[in-house]
Amino acid sequence: MTTVTASDEAPRIRRRGSWPAELNAALGLLVLCVLFEVLGWIFVKQSFLLNPLRLSIMITQVAVVGILAVGVTQVIIAGGIDLSGGSIIGATSMIAMSFAQSSVFPRAIFAAQGWVDLPIWIPLAIGMAVALACGLINGWLIAYIKIPPFIATLGMMVTARGIALWYTEGKPISFPTESFKAVGDGLMPVWIFLAVAVMFWLLLRFTLYGKRTYAIGSNEAAARMAGINVERHLMLVYTIAALLAGLAGLVLTARSQTAQALFGTTNELDAIAMAVIGGVSLSGGRGSIIGTAIGVLIFGVIFSGFIFLSVSAYYQNMVKGAIIVGAVALDQWRQKRQAMEIL
Amino acid sequence: MAGDVILKTVGLTKHYGGLHALVEADFELRKGEHVAIMGDNGAGKSTFVRQITGVDQRTSGSIIFDDKEVRFRGPLDARDAGIETVYQNLALADDLDVPSNLFLGREKILVNLGPFSILDFRGMRQATDAALKRTAVKIPNLSNTIRNMSGGQRQCVAIARTATFPSKLIIMDEPTAALGVQETKQVENIIRQLKTNGEPLILISHNMRQVFDLADRIVVFRRGRIVANLEKSKTHGEEVVAYITGAKSAPKANGPGADLP
Repeated sequence: MTTVTASDEAPRIRRRGSWPAELNAALGLLVLCVLFEVLGWIFVKQSFLLNPLRLSIMITQVAVVGILAVGVTQVIIAGGIDLSGGSIIGATSMIAMSFAQSSVFPRAIFAAQGWVDLPIWIPLAIGMAVALACGLINGWLIAYIKIPPFIATLGMMVTARGIALWYTEGKPISFPTESFKAVGDGLMPVWIFLAVAVMFWLLLRFTLYGKRTYAIGSNEAAARMAGINVERHLMLVYTIAALLAGLAGLVLTARSQTAQALFGTTNELDAIAMAVIGGVSLSGGRGSIIGTAIGVLIFGVIFSGFIFLSVSAYYQNMVKGAIIVGAVALDQWRQKRQAMEIL
Repeated sequence: MAGDVILKTVGLTKHYGGLHALVEADFELRKGEHVAIMGDNGAGKSTFVRQITGVDQRTSGSIIFDDKEVRFRGPLDARDAGIETVYQNLALADDLDVPSNLFLGREKILVNLGPFSILDFRGMRQATDAALKRTAVKIPNLSNTIRNMSGGQRQCVAIARTATFPSKLIIMDEPTAALGVQETKQVENIIRQLKTNGEPLILISHNMRQVFDLADRIVVFRRGRIVANLEKSKTHGEEVVAYITGAKSAPKANGPGADLP
């Protein structure tokens, strides 16, 4: 039996090539933390990190967008994009809140029908049903009608925002029941975000769902030839992304104790940026929830770091923008170097 | 004689709109036999393979595989029936490691939860080791992603995939087209190993030396028809080229393709 060693002629591939993108993001996070810590001692005379209150506010601030980012991450890994998340937050928020109003408020939307003080599962179920409908439409348009994901979800972004505004002609909805408030109370958003992140990390890492998501994002034609039902899987991926957007909308509404039609505006872009900073490749097939979680934390640190140093919020966006582009540039450079090593 | 034939096509025809990509192809492959398919670009070789592997649906004609008339609705049907294919473009997922690619679409499951089933990583790794041993391929690091591999290693992975599952027929569509001299030699050694194991093979190739090295029989396609069916021992390179270019048409080739001018 002749033995063929494929590696005999192939040049040795150095281990450096398998340096994970998540590690870069983690280093970036560390650098930012140290930077703010040092600047804190110089300018504010106190520690940035050793402050439990600041840390909890920091994570609570980004938890809602973080939930959205988990959903977007799996869409990007599957080789797609989802721009509709922010608007689905808005639509879910408005419609769910109209069923979560307390009888304390006499002019509740469905006061005439007597639909006030409803048990908590009703607004939650209605909110998730709205998100489900949006997700099924996204998935169907992309997987079966073959509309490019950018266009299909852009359409949903405009439409869902339209629904949110149309629902009360732009007026906010307030006075939720106590039980509904509890969904966003205190650190609840953080726990929900963590639960979602861990669950999807497990799903992507250890299950058929994850394997197929990576396979489709990596080489859709190969996945198809291997007999994977690509359409059905993409349908599932986009539906799950929308459901997570709906969950984010419910949490945001409960935390704010009000629903506003413009809730979630541009959150979809923040979510994509978090994923990209965390090393999720926009060309699909690469990235992880751990990376995205680090991206979420980086956004949190920038957000509270600037407040901590009392620097104008305008600078914050400029820095965020630079970090997004910087992270992608770094990733491109890394990939090029990796490709050179193989050749 | 019937039990000896693994694959037979009768009058296999495929039209893409007005384009007659494949016309009345009659083909036979015996068990353990290695047959090479040659022909110019667009001669119908790949179309022929796509009908057999279920990637395309035929316009007319019939396919008898393993003594049964078959009509595969998709590539997975063909694979389930025992036809393994190495495609020209390899069909590997660059970002997945070796076991994941070998089991792409047919993953081993530990706990069945529908689309969220938990994967049996250990089982897939062990089966990968076994498959690599069977094809005599060595890949240094199985958890390396395909992206980090050379062309030869990728091709070896694609071929090892055919050995992972029990198969009755292996089809390779230009397996060495993109490879260097050394890497081509590796792949050819694997093909010889398959011959030793008695596994039937259809090899599409442009490489005359390779075909005469590896195949028992050479079938030539021209303009969608089978124009020659030659025993290797009774032919030579010039004759095959003459059939490919149309300088010669065959009275002895089987099927209606023979009466082409």
